[in-house]
Amino acid sequence: MQMRAPAAEPRSPAPYDLPDATGHFGPYGGTFVAETLQAALAELRAAYDACRKDPAFQAELAYELEHYVGRPSPVYHAKRLSEELGGAQIYLKREDLNHTGAHKVNNTMGQALVARRMGKPRVIAETGAGQHGVATATVAARYGMECVVYMGTEDVARQAQNVYRMKLLGATVVPVSSGSRTLKDALNEAMRDWVTNVASTFYIIGTVAGPHPYPMMVRDFNAIVGKECLAQMPALAGRQPDYVLACVGGGSNAMGIFHPYIPHGDVKLVGVEAGGLGIGTGKHAATLSAGSPGVLHGNRTYLMQDADGQILETHSISAGLDYPGVGPEHAWLKDSGRATYVSVTDEEALAAFHALCRTEGIIPALESSHAVAHAMRLAPTLARDRIVLVNLSGRGDKDMHTVAKASGLEF
Amino acid sequence: MSRIAATFDRLRAARRAALVPFVTAGDPSPDLIPEMLRSLAANGADVIELGVPFSDPMADGPAIQRASERALRAGTGLARVLDAVRAWRREDDRTPIVLMGYANPVEHMGAAAFAARARDAGVDGVLVVDYPPEESADWVRTLGESGIDPIFLLSPTSSEARIDLVSRMAKGYIYYVSLKGVTGAAHIDTADVERMLGRIRSRTQVPVGVGFGIREPETARAIARFADAVVIGSRLVEEIERSTPAEAAARAGAALAAFRAGVDAAARDRAAA
Repeated sequence: MQMRAPAAEPRSPAPYDLPDATGHFGPYGGTFVAETLQAALAELRAAYDACRKDPAFQAELAYELEHYVGRPSPVYHAKRLSEELGGAQIYLKREDLNHTGAHKVNNTMGQALVARRMGKPRVIAETGAGQHGVATATVAARYGMECVVYMGTEDVARQAQNVYRMKLLGATVVPVSSGSRTLKDALNEAMRDWVTNVASTFYIIGTVAGPHPYPMMVRDFNAIVGKECLAQMPALAGRQPDYVLACVGGGSNAMGIFHPYIPHGDVKLVGVEAGGLGIGTGKHAATLSAGSPGVLHGNRTYLMQDADGQILETHSISAGLDYPGVGPEHAWLKDSGRATYVSVTDEEALAAFHALCRTEGIIPALESSHAVAHAMRLAPTLARDRIVLVNLSGRGDKDMHTVAKASGLEF
Repeated sequence: MSRIAATFDRLRAARRAALVPFVTAGDPSPDLIPEMLRSLAANGADVIELGVPFSDPMADGPAIQRASERALRAGTGLARVLDAVRAWRREDDRTPIVLMGYANPVEHMGAAAFAARARDAGVDGVLVVDYPPEESADWVRTLGESGIDPIFLLSPTSSEARIDLVSRMAKGYIYYVSLKGVTGAAHIDTADVERMLGRIRSRTQVPVGVGFGIREPETARAIARFADAVVIGSRLVEEIERSTPAEAAARAGAALAAFRAGVDAAARDRAAA
């Protein structure tokens, strides 16, 4: 029997209604794209607005999330891990149990349904780790849509299994060899495809970045994660958590679990960025921790950039966090103080990966391992009746090769 | 009167379209920027669009993207581009220069600092591809305070409301992107462009230039019969890519001269019509 704090009288939630009508979160967000994409974005905003207000759309999405994706995902009390750390109780939101193995499908399912309503027969996507590409290829197969996924050649090499999964699902994977050959370059190339094929094509962006309405739309589709937690935590733990932790690359899983908690001022929101080899080395992807504001990929946000405003190449052991920007709503949450952002190195993430494997029998994605690593740092500093909720955003099957290599093994 | 307005006034009187070459600044080397500008001006450029290289040129096709990568590898940055324009401006006080690029280098320098430095260097207009009019109220005011023309894009998908929005903010000229796609993508349909230009002209007094997809002097001739300006970009950038650094400026100039012949032929076509 563990000790629990008496349920504190929760403060009444403070209203939060960003972005504004033009897609801004304070100074961040917006629609910073060339004229050639403005009509397509206007069409998308109108279509998504109609979907949001349409009960039939929401019912169809809810049905698909339950029967195809497998929602709701459980929240799990990681008792052995918590016990070993000897502090706060760690709970895991098990997005790794979704169909396709991560939170990404929440968003691709939603956007695929919007694409269908718009009558677009072709979907395109960018991908880093390949999870978003797989989730897009999956829903494209589910609805019989043509699917093209852009992926940096660097990531194609790191994530060969996911490339094969996308091909099995009928998608065409286009390797992108420009720039740093990673996620940002795949995004550039997908934008180019969209601007060229805008009549037939729906661009399924995989994170809470890009021009309005993408940061809002991707957040809304992932917010199911936090909404479920709001209901699950009182049932399981007797109250809401003290901390909500999530890894942040572009920031979609974090926005998904944070957003419903934003009005709950007692709940601390902590985003965990990829510290790579350490912030001091410059080889990292901790945009909010070490970057500065600028404009990239259609929105104003924090960026990793040099003295001339050129975008820097980033490093992380996890391809899914290896991105030099971050969703504009995270930039706003940082500046406003509602959320805080920390970083975890490759080494710490790997240690957390192994710890979760051994103590709980759960193999986490390397991305999610960053959030677990911060929970392992945080929990021992807190009393045993405190609650830390971690978004376990994906499973680690895709990372076997990377982890084995980091451990000095080869298959 | 700005150099851009004076140029379009002069050309309107002569019933000729402006020839506007685009090259990426610092490709092949930032040291060669003044030589490149000199060669373009000597071979028929009426206005020069100088691309500021950026690491993530989302609206550009492969040719200009590679040019950006070459320029960045050679050490080109926004400050270096402004210095080069300032140096060249001492010898050419007539040819308008328009900087064209992406928002982030400008944001990083700071819009006000950029505008002041650009004015001091002798820049006449600026087109930031990812600053659409709805995000540009402060930007247009800042440029205006330095006497620099804000150039905006219109595209085949621009609604009449957007044409009006751009018309209210644009000065110098409006750049009509004649293709759905990225720079250098394909050949354009002249009749489509003429129809859209008619739509735009019915709603604005600002001169309208046409670019994206003009790869042959004959296409330039066809467009120059009805447009206020013809922009030649990827075709020149490809010429530079195929050249040695020592020959790049001369070869870009020679390629431009062929387009100038096309534009001059269009002026004769107009006079004969």
